[in-house]
Amino acid sequence: MELWFSEKHTETVKLSIKVDKQLVSLQSDFQRIDIFDSQEFGRFLTLDGYMMLTEKDEFIYHEMITHVPMAVHPNARRVLVIGAGDGGVIRELTRYKNVEHIDLVEIDEMVVKICKEYLPQTACCFDDPRVHPYYEDGLKFVRKHENEYDLIIVDSTDPFGPGEGLFTKEFYGNCYKALKEDGIMVNQHESPFYTSDAIAMKRAHKRIVESFAISRVYQAHIPTYPSGHWLFGFASKKYHPIHDLNASRWNALGLKTSYYNTNLHKGAFYLPNYVQEMLHDVE
Amino acid sequence: MSKLIGDAACAKSEGEKNNETDRLSCQTEAPILEALEEFKQMRLVPFDVPGHKRGKGNKELTEFLGEKCLTVDVNSMKQLDNLCHPISCIKAGEELAAMAFGAAHAFFMVNGTTSAVQAMILSVCKRGDKIILPRNVHRSVINALVLCGAIPVYINPQINERLGIALGMKLSEVEEAINANPDAVAVLVNNPTYYGICSNLKAITQLAHAHNMFMLVDEAHGTHFYFGENLPIDAMTAGADFSSASMHKSGGSLTQSSFLLCGANVNAKHVRQVINLTQTTSGSYLLLSSLDISRRNLALHGKQIFHDVENLVEYARKEINHIGDYYAYSKELINGDSIYDFDVTKLSINTLDVGLAGIEVYALLRDEYDIQIEFGDIGNILAYVSVGDSYKNIERLIGALSEIRRLYKKSRVGMLRHEYITPQVVTTPQEGFYSEKMSLPLEESVGHICAEFVMCYPPGIPILAPGEAITKEIIEYIKYAKDKGCSMTGPEDMEINRLNVLRGD
Repeated sequence: MELWFSEKHTETVKLSIKVDKQLVSLQSDFQRIDIFDSQEFGRFLTLDGYMMLTEKDEFIYHEMITHVPMAVHPNARRVLVIGAGDGGVIRELTRYKNVEHIDLVEIDEMVVKICKEYLPQTACCFDDPRVHPYYEDGLKFVRKHENEYDLIIVDSTDPFGPGEGLFTKEFYGNCYKALKEDGIMVNQHESPFYTSDAIAMKRAHKRIVESFAISRVYQAHIPTYPSGHWLFGFASKKYHPIHDLNASRWNALGLKTSYYNTNLHKGAFYLPNYVQEMLHDVE
Repeated sequence: MSKLIGDAACAKSEGEKNNETDRLSCQTEAPILEALEEFKQMRLVPFDVPGHKRGKGNKELTEFLGEKCLTVDVNSMKQLDNLCHPISCIKAGEELAAMAFGAAHAFFMVNGTTSAVQAMILSVCKRGDKIILPRNVHRSVINALVLCGAIPVYINPQINERLGIALGMKLSEVEEAINANPDAVAVLVNNPTYYGICSNLKAITQLAHAHNMFMLVDEAHGTHFYFGENLPIDAMTAGADFSSASMHKSGGSLTQSSFLLCGANVNAKHVRQVINLTQTTSGSYLLLSSLDISRRNLALHGKQIFHDVENLVEYARKEINHIGDYYAYSKELINGDSIYDFDVTKLSINTLDVGLAGIEVYALLRDEYDIQIEFGDIGNILAYVSVGDSYKNIERLIGALSEIRRLYKKSRVGMLRHEYITPQVVTTPQEGFYSEKMSLPLEESVGHICAEFVMCYPPGIPILAPGEAITKEIIEYIKYAKDKGCSMTGPEDMEINRLNVLRGD
């Protein structure tokens, strides 16, 4: 018997992973949640059939979305994380002693419940006393806050399901308002490679550029996401992602990472020409 | 066919069935839908119109609209009945609709609610008859007066100064108009208004009937009153003789489909003849089936549907009022007369304290935030909320309004407030429309009599109607509305730089 998980990356391209066992399959109020075990990627989580994370490659995503802004901001104490019900971003953030308060806003409590039970590798740190979970719409939460956070991390799903509202101009504008005067927002920024992902990527960039003084994009290589070439957005009121990188300060923290380092930090902002052109088109 | 006769019988025996369960069991039927399903299975060879032959002759259209849609875009025939002379499935559908709405008779309308409004006016008015109505009616009402030559007796609506919107009809003013025009044949009320304002429908109906006048209700924005709970009174319950119920607005049917409802004292056979004067003889089965299916849905699930809509809108109102400067109004406006009741499913928001005209907020929402709302006028916006909406989308609207205030808030100095200018009627709409006319530049038209309509669309309430005097105030209003970006329609000159006026003697 062979059991395969397949995700269509486009209408005519798909990625398939051989599955040992399906552990969870349920429908929450917002989406379908599935967990599988596989030989190659270990345990993995999908939402509405889209790959969210695998035990094997999640470190790349979570390190890159967290350490890049943390190495730039001189003292991020209050952090807002939107989405991220799997706990991966929280795990990385709680490694910083100077972080005093983390608000986690996840629309689907069921995702957190399932991840706590089945994905302890990422959902390890919800019990940290600095973490305050809220189960509600991210757009609604952020609308009610002003001048409060040093850093906002938007760890959203794709803009076609429950995450749609997190790719809108009103959301980015509300994030701007919720940040302090030197605040930074980092977001999951889709991929430049396949056409429909690239359209979403350009649209997100355009809307962020309209809201923030500094808006740059950086990349990482994530094998289980469509095309493997994935982008993150770095939007900021004051700090520049490269000029304000304090490498020695970050290295002095002695955090052990598997993907991120301060040289790669700089390199990640140097983008292929075709991506530069796409971004330039909407700036 | 036996099934169809059964359906009709189900509707007919309604008088004997007071029981809610029996009533609902009838409403589970959808005779037009069922006839179309049966028709599809017959696999008839089509040597009749439409020429696309179930879509096979127009591949591009079939690709775009879908094969299922094209296979039921068919002509009237024996097993599908005929809209102009219904005897089987359409008749059964109309009877079920009448039962669902509590009307004596219901007509399927396929030329828009405009055709329903015109049919009810043409059914009771002829040339020279007087009809009492508020001036802030939809253009379709005055269009009907152009067609039949009736004389409008306008009641000026009350204005809410703070919001700059026209309200309902005051009972005392209706009474005054009736006393001054005892020969009038009908009273027409638009209820609710686009903004959700309701008049005292029951008292106005009683007053009209006491003076032997027909009571006509333009209920284009009130279809849900018939199916929701704790909503304002509907026209049929209030005892009105006619209602134009725009099923495609809150009822969920396809655009251009609508119902004309008649009370017990109306000669429905005459109304059918009037409808057939202007109605297409090729009634679209897409529209007819959408009416049939939507009627069934509302009859069976309407309470829950509009309960959910009300909750969504209440939530949005609370959050929007919390942002500051915006005013999403509701029942607190009720004053027992010109605002006798308020339709809480309407999300009407005053924007003047943000320093932006409603139309400016409307444009920002669309251009900057990819949110399309129903309309924006000088001081208000209306977001249409229905069963198809979710909290997710409501959050986007609230979030965007909050951002617009943060980024675009201005001082409100110089904001025009009034949405309504009292018209000066010189001659009937028909006279005004058909007289000899000439074209003048906008500025030079002051003092002349207008020969055409001028309105912002939506909402489609005329600023000028044929036969009305053009004043300086009106021209300034037109220029202001154009300047703020309102979509102006009506005149021959699409740019509205010139107006057609009556050629003087």
